[in-house]
Amino acid sequence: MSTTAATSLGPSASSARRRRADLLFQATALFVLVAALAGLAALVGDVWRDGADRLSWSFLTSFPSRRAEQAGLFHALVGSLFVIGLTAAMALPVGVAAAVYLEEYGGRSRIARLIELNIANLAAVPSIIYGLLGLGLFVRAMGMGRSVLAGAATLALLALPVVILSTREALRTVPSTIREASYALGATRWQTIRHQVLPMALPGILTGLILALSRAIGETAPLITIGALTYIPFAPDSVWSAFTVLPIQIFNWVSRPQAAFKANAAAGILVLLAMLLTMNAVAVVLRDRAQRKVRP
Amino acid sequence: MSSRRIERAIEGVLFLCALLSVGTTAGIIAVLAAETVAFFREVSIVEFLTGTEWTPLFATQQFGVLPLLLGTTVVSAIALAVAVPCGLLAAIYLSEYAPEGLRRVVKPVLEILAGVPTVVYGYFALTFVTPALQAWLPGLSGFNALSPGLVMGLMILPLVSSLSEDAMRAVPRGLREGAYALGATRMQTAWQIVVPAAFSGITAAVILAASRAIGETMIVAIAAGQQPRLTANPFVPIETMTAYIVQVSLGDTPQGTLEYRTIFAVGMLLFVMTFGLNLLSTWLRNRFREEYA
Repeated sequence: MSTTAATSLGPSASSARRRRADLLFQATALFVLVAALAGLAALVGDVWRDGADRLSWSFLTSFPSRRAEQAGLFHALVGSLFVIGLTAAMALPVGVAAAVYLEEYGGRSRIARLIELNIANLAAVPSIIYGLLGLGLFVRAMGMGRSVLAGAATLALLALPVVILSTREALRTVPSTIREASYALGATRWQTIRHQVLPMALPGILTGLILALSRAIGETAPLITIGALTYIPFAPDSVWSAFTVLPIQIFNWVSRPQAAFKANAAAGILVLLAMLLTMNAVAVVLRDRAQRKVRP
Repeated sequence: MSSRRIERAIEGVLFLCALLSVGTTAGIIAVLAAETVAFFREVSIVEFLTGTEWTPLFATQQFGVLPLLLGTTVVSAIALAVAVPCGLLAAIYLSEYAPEGLRRVVKPVLEILAGVPTVVYGYFALTFVTPALQAWLPGLSGFNALSPGLVMGLMILPLVSSLSEDAMRAVPRGLREGAYALGATRMQTAWQIVVPAAFSGITAAVILAASRAIGETMIVAIAAGQQPRLTANPFVPIETMTAYIVQVSLGDTPQGTLEYRTIFAVGMLLFVMTFGLNLLSTWLRNRFREEYA
C-alpha cells in the first residue's frame, strides 16, 4: 500500500485533476446523503398525504369495524400501551441488575466476558426469532396463551440487550471518585451502588430504557408470531387478555385490498410515529439534563 | 457478618440477572431445536435443504426450503447493493469532509431512518415505491422483491454509515497527516489510507447489515408477496423465510402439526445464518479494536 500511495501521491501536473476528482467525490457523497434524507421525507410525506384526513378523535376512540370509515384503533392503542408498560416493568429491573453486575462486579472474569459477547450477539438476533422463542416458551411451555403477559415477556427479552448496553454506558459516566468517597466513609459496595451510583446514573438509564421501548413499541413480527390477534373488538383488561397492538392493526389494514383501509393504515402510522416522536423527545430532554448534571 | 451475607446475596441476584441473557440464547436454541428435530423426523434434512419446491400449506406437501432461501437472498442483496455503497460514501463524507456542525445535524437525522418501525417501511414500499417503480418498469408486479429490497436498503443505510464512520474515526490522525504531508488530497487519503486502515471495522458493519437484512420481516411480508418460487427475478412476487413465518402465524395452524413445525425449522435456519454473521462481525470488530488499541 505504501509504495502505490507514494507513487500516485507525488507532486505532479495532475494536481488540478486530483482536486477536481476530490470535489466530484464530495458532491457525490453529499448527493447520497441528500437522497437518503429525501427518502425519509418522501416516506413521511406519503403517509401524511394518505392518512391525515382520517385522523380524528373518533378514529382514536373507536373499535375496529368492517367499514373502513367507522374503524378506529382504540383497542390497539390500549393494547400497545398495556404491553409496553408491562415490558418496561420487566426489562428495567432485570436489565439494570445485569448491567450493574457486569459493570461493578463482573470485572474481567471469564464468565463476565462470555455474557458480554452473548449480549452483543443477542442484540442482533432478528426480532422474529424472539417471537418463535415466545411462542415456544411463554405461550406453550409456560401456558400463558396468546396473552398480554406473553407478549410483554417476549418484548422484554427483545429489549433487554439494549437496556443492558445503555445502562452500562450510563454507569460508566459516574466518576470513580464518587465510589471511592463512598467507600472511604465506610459504605459497602451495594450501599455505594444503591445510594450513589444508581441515582447519578438514573437519567442515563431512563434514556436508554425509553429508546429501547420506542423500538419495542414498533415491533410487529414477534407479536404476530406469538399469536397476537389481528382482529379483536375489545380492549385488553387484564394481563391474560387477548390483545393486538398498533403495528399489527396497521399491518392488518395494509393487507386489505380496499383503498379506504390503506388510509386507515396511514392514519394509524401517523399515530404510531407521534408516539415515537414523543418518547424520543422525552429521552433527549432526559439525556440533556443528565449531561448537565455530570459535568462539574 | 450478616451485612456481608446480604452483600453476597445481592451479588448473587445481580449475577443471575446477567446470566438470564445466556439463558435467552439457550432458550432460543432449545425451542428451535426441539421443534426442528421433530420436523426432521418426518421430513428428510436433505429434502429440506436441497428441494426446490416449498408447498407445506398445499395438499401435496413439498418441503424444499431453497425458494424461501433464494427469496431472502435476492431481497437482501438488493438492500445491500443500496446500503453498502451509499452508507460507505456517507460515512467517508461524515468522517473526512463534513464540518462538525453539519455532522452533528445529519447524523441524528440519518439515525431516524433506523428508528422508523418496519411496518411503516412496508407501507411505504407497497403504496409509494412500487407504484413509482411501475411507472418506469411496466413489467413490475404489484408484489416484488425490488421495491422492498430498495426500501430495506434505506433502512439499513444508517447502520452501515454509523458503524463504518466509527471505524474510520478510530484510525489514528497520524496516518492521515502522513498522507497529507505527501501531498494527497482528502479523497486520496480517504480511499487509500483511511478505508484500508478501517477495513475490518467496515467489513464488520457490512456483515451486521447483511444479518439485519436477512432477518427483516415486515417490509417483505407486506410488499414482496407470498409466493415461494425459485427465481432470482426481482420483478415478480416471491416469499422470504421471515415472510413465511408470518404467513403461517397469521393463520391458525394447530400446534404439533407438520405445518406448525415448519416455521421452527425455517426459524432455525434463519437463526443459524444470522448468528453466524453476528459472531463474525463481533470477531472482526474486536480484531479491529486491537489493531489500534
